Amino acid sequence: MFRRLEDARADISFSFEGREVTARPGDSVAAALLAAGLRSFRATPVSGAPRAPWCMMGACFDCLVEIDGVASRQACMTQVAPGMRVRRQRGAKALESDPAAETAA
Amino acid sequence: MKAYDLIVIGGGLVGGAIAWGAARQGASVALLDEGDVAYRAARGNFGLVWVQSKGAGMPPYAHWSRRSSEVWPQLAAALLQATELDVALRQPGGLHFCLNDAELEARAEMIQRMHNESGGSGTRMVGRAEMKAMVPAIGDGVVGASYCPIDGHANPLKLLRALHAALLKLGGAYLPGRTVDAIAGGEGGGFTLQAGAERFACAKLVIAAGLGSRKLAPMVGLDMPVTPLRGQIIVTERMRPFLDYATHVVRQTDEGSVLLGDSQEDVGFDNGTTVPVMQDIAARNLVMFPGLKDANIVRVWGALRVMTPDGYPIYEQSRTHPGAFAATCHSGVTLAGAHALELAPAILAGALPSGFDVFSSRRFHVQAA
Repeated sequence: MFRRLEDARADISFSFEGREVTARPGDSVAAALLAAGLRSFRATPVSGAPRAPWCMMGACFDCLVEIDGVASRQACMTQVAPGMRVRRQRGAKALESDPAAETAA
Repeated sequence: MKAYDLIVIGGGLVGGAIAWGAARQGASVALLDEGDVAYRAARGNFGLVWVQSKGAGMPPYAHWSRRSSEVWPQLAAALLQATELDVALRQPGGLHFCLNDAELEARAEMIQRMHNESGGSGTRMVGRAEMKAMVPAIGDGVVGASYCPIDGHANPLKLLRALHAALLKLGGAYLPGRTVDAIAGGEGGGFTLQAGAERFACAKLVIAAGLGSRKLAPMVGLDMPVTPLRGQIIVTERMRPFLDYATHVVRQTDEGSVLLGDSQEDVGFDNGTTVPVMQDIAARNLVMFPGLKDANIVRVWGALRVMTPDGYPIYEQSRTHPGAFAATCHSGVTLAGAHALELAPAILAGALPSGFDVFSSRRFHVQAA
């Protein structure tokens, strides 16, 4: 759907859902994933509908992904780094688990 | 000039509930709303249907709140049927958290005092272990809570929308952008309202205009000495469900958003937000739910509660202008059930429910002995 305007080398490697994706230095996670042809970044908390980036400037929160284990990161506001592990955000983020609660459970 | 059986001034939750409740009785009703220049407490509401501490020191208010909680399911069902809008009422009970033994002791005394004054709402104290079983995510800094089984919560914006929509379905008029400038008693009873270039006539009148009521009430011999009390609210991104109960400071909505609030500031007519107050709200809530530390904040706002001098509601019919009523409270969600299903029919019939004399603003006019 999206095509890069310039044909510069894409030489950064990161992963999305365990699959290798390449990006150019300076790409946001959202730009790199769109350029790689990805259409669905997350599933919404209420209906589970698929979503992709809309505003690309940090306002709409439609591009949320999990990055290196941290949920609900804005893909459009995060610059790609080599080796980054990105996954779809599935539904709402869970409450950060309380160590005391885990011990009690 | 258009004439109605009833005109309600104020299109918020109090006015909306009364207007719809009256229209359900077959009355022709117009709901006059101001514009976005109004402070609109109904649009900043936290959304509690809260009984456990309402009416401490004033048993009729405690009973009225309890009654509203009882009839709230009927309100939600009727609105759903009329408009297909689900206002997300849930009544799993409510918890008031205590952060130290002194708070716990004071709370227990208050609950006991209310029980002695007003009879049982079923509220009881729960210790750390029971509370932890009810709310596993609760922080170690919370020592206990009071629990009231008939507390709950609803979506206040959906409630407001549903009340307006249901009024329209019954043929009522919702008239926004109308600032009432003058009210005159008509000949042989009834009232004429001037709003800009327009005039409206009605047999009965309810002033439920929130902070705007103060100026309107004297036009028909009523007194509504209300003042603003600011609350700030923080809203997080949607989170997986972790809190079904209503609480006084944090509420997770049916769709997962988390509302954090309960600040109280006397700052006049300033409905802005400030960083220090939001820091306090966040810090307090992190003691209660440490797991919120990584939740993203997506919205904040300030809104003005509509407070009477003693915090209790005012319901009153004018002595000099019979047929003109005052209604104000800071519990527009909690009392919506009673306002729509019991207060509105009583007003249409010409008198407030029995025992409502205590809610008259005359309680503020006690002469020195």
